[in-house]
Amino acid sequence: MALIEVENIRKDFVVTRKAGRLRRERSVVHAVDGISFTIERGTIVGYIGPNGAGKSTTVKMLTGILVPSAGRISVDGLVPTEQRIPLARRIGVMFGQRIQLWWDLPLIESFELFRHIYSVKAERYRENLASFRELLELDPFLETPVRQLSLGQRVRGELTAAMLHDPEVLFLDEPTIGLDVVAKQRVREFLLRANRERGVTVLLTTHDLADIERLSSRILIIDHGKLIYDGDVEALKARYGTERVLVVDLEEPGPPLRLEDARVIRTEGLRQWIAFERDRTSAARLVAEVAAQAALRDLTVEEPEIEDVVRRIYRGVAQHAPNV
Amino acid sequence: MGDTLALYGHLIAARIRAQLQYRGSFVLETVGHAVVTFLDFVVILVLFANVPRLATWSQPEIALLYGISALAFAITDLMVGQLDWLSNWVRDGTFDQMLLRPRGTLFQIVSSDFQLRRLGKAAQGLVVLVYALSVLPIEWTPLRALLLVATIPVSAVIFISIWVFTICIVFWTVDGKEVANAFSYGGQFFAQFPMNIYDRWLRRFLGYLVPIAFISYFPALYILGKPDPLGLPAALQFAGPLVALVAALAAGRMWRVAVRHYQSAGG
Repeated sequence: MALIEVENIRKDFVVTRKAGRLRRERSVVHAVDGISFTIERGTIVGYIGPNGAGKSTTVKMLTGILVPSAGRISVDGLVPTEQRIPLARRIGVMFGQRIQLWWDLPLIESFELFRHIYSVKAERYRENLASFRELLELDPFLETPVRQLSLGQRVRGELTAAMLHDPEVLFLDEPTIGLDVVAKQRVREFLLRANRERGVTVLLTTHDLADIERLSSRILIIDHGKLIYDGDVEALKARYGTERVLVVDLEEPGPPLRLEDARVIRTEGLRQWIAFERDRTSAARLVAEVAAQAALRDLTVEEPEIEDVVRRIYRGVAQHAPNV
Repeated sequence: MGDTLALYGHLIAARIRAQLQYRGSFVLETVGHAVVTFLDFVVILVLFANVPRLATWSQPEIALLYGISALAFAITDLMVGQLDWLSNWVRDGTFDQMLLRPRGTLFQIVSSDFQLRRLGKAAQGLVVLVYALSVLPIEWTPLRALLLVATIPVSAVIFISIWVFTICIVFWTVDGKEVANAFSYGGQFFAQFPMNIYDRWLRRFLGYLVPIAFISYFPALYILGKPDPLGLPAALQFAGPLVALVAALAAGRMWRVAVRHYQSAGG
């Protein structure tokens, strides 16, 4: 049996808004609208989609916070909202924008409290703490009150707190949000090691395509409450993520450049944005082509944003689906 | 059970350490709270000095009602006063993290705070209670002493149940906190005076349905050996523990239904 089984789940929210002085209009929002997937033990799965697509709502149903309106969920053989407490002992959760730690206390005291809350055996706690202290380099700020930690330090503390009780599965909602490149890298390293060495299954939501590329081989994409892609990251990129953008700053203003295998999608003063397909031309060839037409001052290449990829997929779905 | 009590100790100790981190603010708050409590006390003295009798109740007898009610409510406030924050936790989704931990949500609320400054309120109630007991000509029997000692925790359980039951409204309408306050803080006020001064319908609703009469009125009648001005069965004077049990079960049931209705926040 797969570690996580999700079968046709839905979550509806009733939204009331004022319509006139006393009258209120009620409407139903389908935050999650019939999603199914399974996740095998020991894998890392990325769960992405634009804001408001239903990512957090799904994670909240999987972790026992929200009761699904319909459908069936099983996490490690448990029904989340029915068996919330036994489930809580087997999962670790970190929401990048929420604080689990005790704000006013030194970091180490939060860990101690988690040890008691989760009834972690003293010896196991010592082993785990020693290992995370080394891996996440916690020692310099272990005695610092959480409110005085930098975001990067706090996230490292949160990750430790989520892992102290040896969870089977980690649910991470935007774990790298707001972090600098070095801190992001450290979080990713940690997750990879937790997965490899402890066999922890990881489901993470993110806006950062790099998180997915470094961590997971499988990706689930959700939009408007529906699952629109479930598969490998490479296949996704090959299909949808091939368009990149070359941004050039020219020495003198001029009309949009005319290029063989690429098109200018936007101009602004001296700057022009040129979209090109990876498999039709290379950045190097394109630069040469631009340089032949105008004097170049500066250039950058933009990778496709996850939102763009999602939008393209969604457009594709909309085109292929009948009745849309 | 032992494990839960130990955890309660750890969590409360942590809260107290956290309060002591902001020493200046802690001192100011404690002083401020003491001043307010003292002013409350002055109000009672003024009231008692001007109202020697209230509907067959002498001034010290009312002080007994006041003392029981104030002390039981101070314990309630110390334990679950943070329910005042629940509507914020529900609105901003902080309640999420309580659902993510392997402990009961009510237990986590009870153990999430312990405001030392509220001890002043308990001391005030205790002072009034001791005063009442010292001036009242009570003929002590073992049963009367037992009832008095049991009444404080039993009444606290009734207050806590009323608060938990009514605060559940915030899971449906986040602005519902004031409704709950009407029953919690309002209930304490209601319990400070004898039931026979209230209108019949008010008595039926707040006194018996919301069982506030069992907090101070019925036990005080027995302790004082006073005939019930309402002529109700004497058995009611011992019904406190049973009422507390029923109220606690109802509150627990309501809480479970409400938590299932929790909608969290954000996408």
